[in-house]
Amino acid sequence: MIITILYYLLVAFVVFLMGWNLLKSKKWQEEVLYVIVLLPFLLRLLRLK
Amino acid sequence: MIRKSIIITLGLILLVFSGLSFYKSRHFKEPVVIGPGVTQVKKLSEYFSDLRGTANDENIYILEGAKKGGTILILGGSHPEEPAARLTTWVLTENATLEQGRIFVVNSANRSATTVTRPSGAYPASYTIKTDWGGQKFRMGDRWANPLDQWPDPEVYIHYPTRQNLAYMDVRNLNRAWPGRANGTLTEKTCYALVELIKKENVDIVIDLHEAELQYPVISTIVSHQKGLDVAAMASMVLSDEEFKIGMEKSPLELHGLSHREIGDHTNAIPLLFETPEPFLDATRGRTDEKLLLEGKDEFVVRAGKRGLLFEKIDEKGWPIDVRVGRHCSTILQVLDVWSQDHADKAVVLKNVPKYDEVIKKGTGAFLHNPAKADPKTVYFE
Repeated sequence: MIITILYYLLVAFVVFLMGWNLLKSKKWQEEVLYVIVLLPFLLRLLRLK
Repeated sequence: MIRKSIIITLGLILLVFSGLSFYKSRHFKEPVVIGPGVTQVKKLSEYFSDLRGTANDENIYILEGAKKGGTILILGGSHPEEPAARLTTWVLTENATLEQGRIFVVNSANRSATTVTRPSGAYPASYTIKTDWGGQKFRMGDRWANPLDQWPDPEVYIHYPTRQNLAYMDVRNLNRAWPGRANGTLTEKTCYALVELIKKENVDIVIDLHEAELQYPVISTIVSHQKGLDVAAMASMVLSDEEFKIGMEKSPLELHGLSHREIGDHTNAIPLLFETPEPFLDATRGRTDEKLLLEGKDEFVVRAGKRGLLFEKIDEKGWPIDVRVGRHCSTILQVLDVWSQDHADKAVVLKNVPKYDEVIKKGTGAFLHNPAKADPKTVYFE
């Protein structure tokens, strides 16, 4: 259970970092890339598998 | 800013569509219209309360004959990606009647594994069996329990109680977790609960239904614990003479966690495991879609056969699902026939189950009943 909680905290942290980078990005190619990479992390956070 | 908003919106649309697809796949309900032979439907948690509320608190359909006799447990869905096994349990629960003895049928032994497909396997999420009333949809499933229900996997799976080292992902494999343990993982608890059922109900024979890739040597066979070799050998001989070729193998003494070894070692029951050929599982298959799953035709597997790489024959006709379900139905009937001849006081006389030829002629769908037209009291969900 502790490992699961730590895992979800890590996933949430990665989502936060990528979301932050997405907001700060100036290039549209990078923004598309961030959105695509974010999808599996968000699905994992929502426990959709 | 407008550009960024558009990109994020498109991302959210993708998230909603993919999320809904995963959610529907996990929560899709498969109807079972119980037949006249089913006298009770229990939950597995009635044998081990720790399973209550979990993904593996599965239905147990109990068929009882008027005359007392032996008790049989039939497991489908130990590996849900082997659909002939689960479909055979549907044929039984929706059609079979018993004259003597009792049969416990579990359609989704590892129910959690029916709610997920193989990561990166490009599996279809579901498949549909054609019926006169349209068709019945089933979850595709995987070999292992859903990581949402049991996580994380260890570096090495150490089997309980033998401490044999097994592949890490097999910690979620129902057929590597027997005899299970009360304080273990979900998969181990499921095996423990089924062993409790076997002991409490004095089960005489456990039949574990499976399918195998053609590149795997244990195929088209009955694997038996040493306690059941006479039953398996006789059933194999009669079936091979009268209906289709099927072999018989003895369960290895030192390969642990499998039903045909541990149930025999830890209970009074005789475990038998049936294997039919499923080209969908072969590593050299082509497109992994519903068509391959149901028709069992694949040019690449045929090519592997021509190069002598297979342990079972395959040609352009493939291994259709009706052939595979028919094999399981006939093998069950033959095993019960052999058992009943040798154990008159513990006989189990099963009726209204189609044999191999009949399943092929009419199709598996002919033995599935329309839940929309059935009495709601007779409809259960997997």
